Amino acid sequence: MAGTAALAAVVALSACGAKTNSGSTSDKAAQADTSGDTIKVGLLNSLSGTMAISEVTVRDSLKLAIDEINASGGVLGKKIKPISEDGASDWPTFAEKASKLIKEDRVAATFGCWTSASRKAVKPVFEKNRSLLFYPVQYEGLEESPYIFYTGATTNQQIVPALDYLKSQGKKKIYLVGSDYVFPRTANKEIKAYAKANGMTVLGEDYAPLGSTEFSTIANKVKASKADAVFNTLNGDSNVAFFKEYKSAGLTAARMPVVSVSIAEEEVKSIGSQYLAGQLTAWNYYQTTPGAANTKFVKAYKAKYGQDKPTSDPMEAAYTSVYLWKAMVEKAKSFDPEKVKAASDGITFEAPEGKVTIDGASQHIYKTARIGKVGTDGLIQEVWNSGKPIKPDPFLKGYSWASGLS
Amino acid sequence: MTVILGQMFTGVSIGAVLLLIALGLSLTFGQMNVINMAHGEFIMAGAYTTYVLQKSIAGAGLSLIVALPVAFLVSGALGALLEWLLIRRLYLRPLDTLLVTWGVSLMLQQLARDIFGAPNVQTRAPDVLTGNITVIGGDDPLTFASSRLFILGLAVAAVVALSLTLRLTPLGRRIRAVVQNRDLAEVSGISTGRVDRTAFFIGSGLAGIAGVALTLVGPIGPTMGTNVIIDAFLVIVVGGIGQLKGSVIVAFVLGVLQSVLEYSTTVSVAKVLVLVAIVAFLQWRPQGLYTVRTRSLV
Repeated sequence: MAGTAALAAVVALSACGAKTNSGSTSDKAAQADTSGDTIKVGLLNSLSGTMAISEVTVRDSLKLAIDEINASGGVLGKKIKPISEDGASDWPTFAEKASKLIKEDRVAATFGCWTSASRKAVKPVFEKNRSLLFYPVQYEGLEESPYIFYTGATTNQQIVPALDYLKSQGKKKIYLVGSDYVFPRTANKEIKAYAKANGMTVLGEDYAPLGSTEFSTIANKVKASKADAVFNTLNGDSNVAFFKEYKSAGLTAARMPVVSVSIAEEEVKSIGSQYLAGQLTAWNYYQTTPGAANTKFVKAYKAKYGQDKPTSDPMEAAYTSVYLWKAMVEKAKSFDPEKVKAASDGITFEAPEGKVTIDGASQHIYKTARIGKVGTDGLIQEVWNSGKPIKPDPFLKGYSWASGLS
Repeated sequence: MTVILGQMFTGVSIGAVLLLIALGLSLTFGQMNVINMAHGEFIMAGAYTTYVLQKSIAGAGLSLIVALPVAFLVSGALGALLEWLLIRRLYLRPLDTLLVTWGVSLMLQQLARDIFGAPNVQTRAPDVLTGNITVIGGDDPLTFASSRLFILGLAVAAVVALSLTLRLTPLGRRIRAVVQNRDLAEVSGISTGRVDRTAFFIGSGLAGIAGVALTLVGPIGPTMGTNVIIDAFLVIVVGGIGQLKGSVIVAFVLGVLQSVLEYSTTVSVAKVLVLVAIVAFLQWRPQGLYTVRTRSLV
């Protein structure tokens, strides 16, 4: 507590210092420091707390992309210098650290955040200071910020395809389990609207506090509901307790599959594949996704962090986001956020997940949807994909059932 | 029907977890009046001990069996060390023990973070404990989770062992004598300092056992202690300070209440309702379910 207060004081003081030095006013955009032969970028991830299980891998992946770009000459002739901050799975800390990165370190762009709660907490900071955030994780949609680039999936690239897949498999009765915060609550609102329009029934909806590890009652409820499938929007290590309890309750993937939208290879590894084998996940990338770009990415990641480290969708989206930023900066020939944004539309990159393209209007990217099944080896094998990259539709304008959502 | 029975079992199993995390505290807080905020971190120490043992012993089953006594010793030793270093200087100042042990708990959390890293870790449960046992077969089977049965057995064994120790052994008699009247115990030739340390060793060791049990339920992390410490204090305070019997009853009642409410409402609403029930209960019976009646002069 005292540490946080002290830090806040330091941030406030240094922000004031910067202001007097440059003589700028408070609503002027925070200027990136472009003076030296390096350009600073911020990495903002939870390195401790309940989300660290997931977010540390994103940070590692961002560092890999930065190292690769530096090795090939950097961006506009400058080497990238990452400044890593710990959001500590705590939303106010995220906002504080974002402000520190922008005002004190004067970074050209920031990469990171995982939970929607952390993104919502930093959004006003980036908007007020007109600085760019690259957000690498799938989320619930219904958001657009002029200063955020969303390189993870939005709803119509992940949740809607997952529901389409369940429907095609004849799963009509579903049960919703999620962590109690913005992403699962909003996602479940969308799922219920979809179910209503598509002849599916939602038998129950349960939320556990983020970080909660007591799931015996929820597992009992799910079991008693006799649903065809479970849609799981739990985040972080609650999943460990949930899947342990799910198996203990005698529920199996064959009897009642769980579709998860927040469990990737890294989480599978730490939850244990004996609890997850046969369960479904919805993402845009798996370590097993074919293609030369992915072979190179997986090889480079393992060489840097260890042969036993898997790669996952948010890691891939984070890796890709650094390259997209580089391409945008080079097209704009400037680090200025406004010029970078103006250059964004139509930028493409041969990403490990396949070719991705920035949609300048929504600042999301075109992505291929993929449903996968967890194997006993802990890797996820694709069982279905959308065939081509799907245009991002964060507000679900293309779906009549979504008209009442906001 | 099977739903109700299954849910009853869930309630009992939540109660068993509550009892395990509160049991050691019922000795150090209940009997000795030390508000030990670091109790949760002794639970964490037990959980990390299980993790370390699993890294060095191949079989998940064997490592779990070995972890029980080792975690008891590790957490017990930490507790005895804490008592010797700090708490023995503060026996007459219970509020100071709260602050001091809270500081210790923060230090232990940071230590765990430095040694094991900030992300949470998991242990692998032995195969027998990942499945379940069918009690009633048929179309709508009633199954009990094996890991929960194991925890229930562990809780019962720990309560029996603790109450037998307090009731039948010379050490137990000395502990009770010191609790009831420290000065009289001292003049009767009991080394109260040594009794305090031993009692603290046992109470903290029981926290270690609870830590082993918690590895079967969820992840192991530096902050897992803070997640359970409040529940542990609730059980002791509602049960009546100094009363093992009260803690046992309250742990199971709270477990069943929690699971029934969770089933009929949601997890968050159930938490609120349980706390409201506790506040109401303490208004009616501020001394808790049971209270010590002693001839102590203090």
